[in-house]
Amino acid sequence: MSTDLKAPGAGVSLRRARPRYGERVVEFLLFLAAVLSVVTTVGILIAILEPTIEFFAEPAVNAWEFFTGTEWTVLFSEAQREFGMPTLLSATITTTVVALAVAIPLGLGAAIYLAEFASPRARKLLKPVLEVLAGIPTVVYGFFALTFITPSILQGFTDVGTFNMLAAGLVMGVMIIPTIASLSEDAMTAVPQALRDGAYGLGSTRRQVAVKVVFPAAISGIIAAIVLGVSRAVGETMIVAIAAGNAAHFGFNPLEPGQTMTGFIAQAASGDQPTGSIGYESLFAIAAVLFALTLIFNFFAIRLVRRFREEYE
Amino acid sequence: MSVTTQARPTPPPAPPPGPILTGTAHDDRPLERGFKVVLFACLAVGIIFLAVLLGYVLIQGWPRLDANLFTNQMSRLRPETAGGQAAILGTLWIAVLTTVMSVPVGVSAAVYLEEYADKTKWWNRSIEIIIQNLAAVPSVVYGILGLGLIVRAPLNLGPVILAGALVLTLLVLPVVIISSREAIRAVPPWLRDGSLALGATRLQTVRKVVLPAAIPGIATGSILALSRAIGEAAPIVIIGGAAFVTFNPTGLDSRFTTLPLQIYNLVSQPQEEFRTLAYALIIVLLVILLILNSLAIFIRNRYQHRW
Repeated sequence: MSTDLKAPGAGVSLRRARPRYGERVVEFLLFLAAVLSVVTTVGILIAILEPTIEFFAEPAVNAWEFFTGTEWTVLFSEAQREFGMPTLLSATITTTVVALAVAIPLGLGAAIYLAEFASPRARKLLKPVLEVLAGIPTVVYGFFALTFITPSILQGFTDVGTFNMLAAGLVMGVMIIPTIASLSEDAMTAVPQALRDGAYGLGSTRRQVAVKVVFPAAISGIIAAIVLGVSRAVGETMIVAIAAGNAAHFGFNPLEPGQTMTGFIAQAASGDQPTGSIGYESLFAIAAVLFALTLIFNFFAIRLVRRFREEYE
Repeated sequence: MSVTTQARPTPPPAPPPGPILTGTAHDDRPLERGFKVVLFACLAVGIIFLAVLLGYVLIQGWPRLDANLFTNQMSRLRPETAGGQAAILGTLWIAVLTTVMSVPVGVSAAVYLEEYADKTKWWNRSIEIIIQNLAAVPSVVYGILGLGLIVRAPLNLGPVILAGALVLTLLVLPVVIISSREAIRAVPPWLRDGSLALGATRLQTVRKVVLPAAIPGIATGSILALSRAIGEAAPIVIIGGAAFVTFNPTGLDSRFTTLPLQIYNLVSQPQEEFRTLAYALIIVLLVILLILNSLAIFIRNRYQHRW
């Protein structure tokens, strides 16, 4: 009697009816698409390392000179060649410092304004406008620095030449404002409202809440934003290639022209160096230094971003 | 006992009804106001810079914004009527090729990471970290990758359109993956569960439920990634896009130039006419980017679903 009464669905196996090979194949193809990023990374490493190793194997090159020398004349004739990478590094540091001097105060100021002071409507309008700055092609920035910032603005104040690191750095700073502003604003809006309310209840003004509560609470995200900004400034190519000139010399005076690591890569590559020549190999050696630098910065920034996300979620 | 009920001292008057007094009541002190003004000024500097930049570009390029720009080729002899047809077509070729290659691969990778990957496995976590790192690698490094592996041996394609598009595909792929993942993640789990409960397989759920719901977000992200590819000059300079191209691209193996590259090459020309021409080409480039971005915003506002 009761054996005739079956619960509905009983006896129907919930296991899949038949193996679905098609699904497995598609899943594997999707996996391959994801693995392409690993292939790209390995590709970058191989592309950079092989010529770099050959570069250091050249009899004319010694590693000590490469890391300490202050002359870089690789594209000169054979007798005059010097391989001091710090020459290019000094220009990279100079333009990056100028850019950060612009982008850190302006970017953080804008971020605090957007996160703590702007009305929701104003934020919705102003934030995208600010982010347009990140969408302008860098070649446009470079051209603007060369044909407007230097002759129409800088030369009114100081005695700078057509090419100088100051104009390149200033424009680069404006370019990375959105990077810093946007990420720091995210970090600040992630700070729980309860922290603000507590401070307001104790009689703090908006300024005090912003400076003494929200800013410290968001500091790891803000540092991550700045580190990413540094990484962008170090890797930026077109602005410095156009506006800073291509005379490589060691020095940190932003009023002078200078050639950064990226600027050298662009100049050497446009010169169509034959494969295996020392000029061609030096390009990759500089790229190796650049890649290592930005990788360290990015790794650091990504870890910081993860940390502040975990804290409040 | 006579109880003389003395009048109790009157209680203090109740505070007037109104907002609770907090620190924000002092927000109109000079220091507070000054702080707010300074912050707004920080934001304003960026916006004013943008306005000056766009205004200057328009004024400088306007005189040459004519039909010659689109119908003529670069000419060293007649800069006043030279155009950028090859560069404009090159940019369009690169844009189409990069989209065709990067979007399918990028979306596939995003689907794998969001819908299939087991996050407890180390290889899946490594892929995520690698993609995040790749998104922040400077574009010049992708140029080096292209020069070292694609343009010269082992692939040995030469500095042709296909090589340029491949480099830009690798460059934008992390951006496409990250934005597609966000779009897929925004699809609520109950949609998937409903589909699976009705007996659909995982793949059917992805194809018929998840992807259609995520398409507006994927499209927006892909268009923004594409506009980044179009504006890039550094990787193309490094793989050796040609400097003075006076012919239109004819196929994947054709040498080419693009708008940013053409603009860069005009920098070193001494004549004033070339500078004006460069600004006119910048206007064309910015208009293309403006159209793409408006399209992205339009798609986001028109089709984006809030669950």
